[in-house]
Parts: sequence; C-alpha cells; structure tokens
Amino acid sequence: MMRAILLVLLLLARPAWAISDPAEALPDPAAEARAVEIGSQLRCLVCQNESIEDSGADLARDLRHIVREHVAKGETDAQITAWMVARYGDFVLLRPKVTWGTALLWASPVLALLVAGGLALGLRRRSPPAAPLSAEEQQRLARLMES
Amino acid sequence: MNRRLLLAAPFGVALLGGGAFYAMLRGLQTGSFDPRGVPSQLIGKPLPEFQLPGFSRADVLARKRPVIINFFASWCVPCVDEAPTLMALHQRGVPIWGIAYKDKPAATQGFLARHGNPFTNLASDEPGLVAIDWGVTGVPETYLIDAQGIVQWRFVGPLPDAAVDGLSKLVAS
Repeated sequence: MMRAILLVLLLLARPAWAISDPAEALPDPAAEARAVEIGSQLRCLVCQNESIEDSGADLARDLRHIVREHVAKGETDAQITAWMVARYGDFVLLRPKVTWGTALLWASPVLALLVAGGLALGLRRRSPPAAPLSAEEQQRLARLMES
Repeated sequence: MNRRLLLAAPFGVALLGGGAFYAMLRGLQTGSFDPRGVPSQLIGKPLPEFQLPGFSRADVLARKRPVIINFFASWCVPCVDEAPTLMALHQRGVPIWGIAYKDKPAATQGFLARHGNPFTNLASDEPGLVAIDWGVTGVPETYLIDAQGIVQWRFVGPLPDAAVDGLSKLVAS
C-alpha cells in the first residue's frame, strides 16, 4: 500500500523548474509550454550541465526571458534556437547536432551493438559442440530420472 | 597468430585510451583544451550592433584603430584580480573600452576608484542584453576589435600578465 502511494506520488511529481517567479511565465499556457520546451533544450552557459529552464543563474534567467519574448513574437522553435546558436554556438544545444564532428558520438550505440554482436558470434563459433553422453553417463541419467 | 592479436587488442585499446587521456590532461594544464570553454561566435565577424549609455558600436568604428573591449563588474572577484593587468596595458597606451555588466553605475565608479580606471571609455550594460548579443558568458571577458571593426580575439576570465606585451604591440596607438 505504502509502495503504491509512493509510486503514485512519484508519478505525479513534476520537475521543479527554476522559474520561481510566476511573473516570468507567459500568460498563455500553450505558449509557456512551448517556451519551456525550447528552454529545456538550451544549455545554461554558466552551470553548463543544466538547461536554462532548470538553472538558477542570472544569465539563464535572462535567456529564459528572451526565449519567452521570441515565443510571444510568434517565432518558430527553429528561429529561436538559431538565435541562440548565433550567439553561443552549437555548445548551447543540449542535444548535439548530427554533423561529421559528432558522427562518432551519435553512432556509438550502434557501434557498441555491432562490436558486442561480433564478439558473441565469434565466441559461439569457437566453442566446440557438446560431446554426446557416454554409455556410463546415459545409465546414470536414466537412474536419476527414475528416482 | 589470430589469438595473439586478440590478446593484444585490449592492451592496444588501453594504451590508446591512456594516451588520449594524457593528451587531454596536458591540454587542460596548458590551457589548449577547455571542456567548459564556449568558443566565441564573433571571431572574424563584425561587431554586433549595440547602443549603450557610454558608447555605441558607431563610436568604436569611428576610431578606425584597434581597440580592446573589456566586460567587467564591480561584483566580480576575478575582475579585481585582472585590474592590475588592465592598468599595465593602459599605462602602455593601449586603448581599453570598458562595459560594466549588470552593475549599478555608482558601484562601477566605486570599483574604478578602488582598483584604478584603465578605461578610455566606459559604458554600462545594466540589463546585460548587449553581453548576450556578444555571446558573453561571464565577467571578465576581453575582446580585441581591429581597425575595421572585426572581432579578432576573445579571452574569457582575467587577462594574464603575459598578454600585456603582445596586446600592447598589437594595439598601442
């Protein structure tokens, strides 16, 4: 019972965004949701491992505000992201772009699977098939099965 | 033969990884590799348009000479560290234009009174929005603008004393 309650509570919990000031949010909930989505994909340049939506840094607050201004102006997600990239480079994107420079990074799960698959196949091929049971073993097995 | 190769492979991988890790640590030590560094998007590009109380882009261009622009703030501890270096540059005749980032003018004046004023011109970016246009991520940050108004160089953090000689040769008027 306790577990079930805990589970429900955990599932209901929403991420605690750094937006503590309700005045920061856009009045239109749909627009605000879009702003949160864009902002959660942008890296805070101060804390670096947090998105600007999560970060409490001053610069992150300014950038959140800018994202909301641009959303209110009716710009597309791509336009707003491009605005940020023009100033802070690809580094600002929490999800790296697929380019030749990041190809190895993006391909690494597939590469790991291929290597693992190759190793598994190689090991299987190497181990000889199990030898058939000798007459003695057959008898012992029969005895064991009977008892 | 094949078996030997397989046996050697993990050692090879470990050696390669170790070598790469060593190169990374070396780079961290010498400063050529900075995993937290945000490369400037302005290098080789013209100065972005800006208009601040103090000076504007037009004022920088009107000089038609190289200039150093330094973002700083009175609340910034590394800026205190940097102050003597900027003063040394100033004494060598290097024009440094300062932009006070997210700082109250009175606090800025107090800072300059305490640590010396190396700035030929002073502007105030209290909302911090011009700094965002430049891609500034913190203070201090220093930019070298050439005579054509193209950003040639940027340095994040307090300028080291070692930069004084090079910069004064490049910029001194």
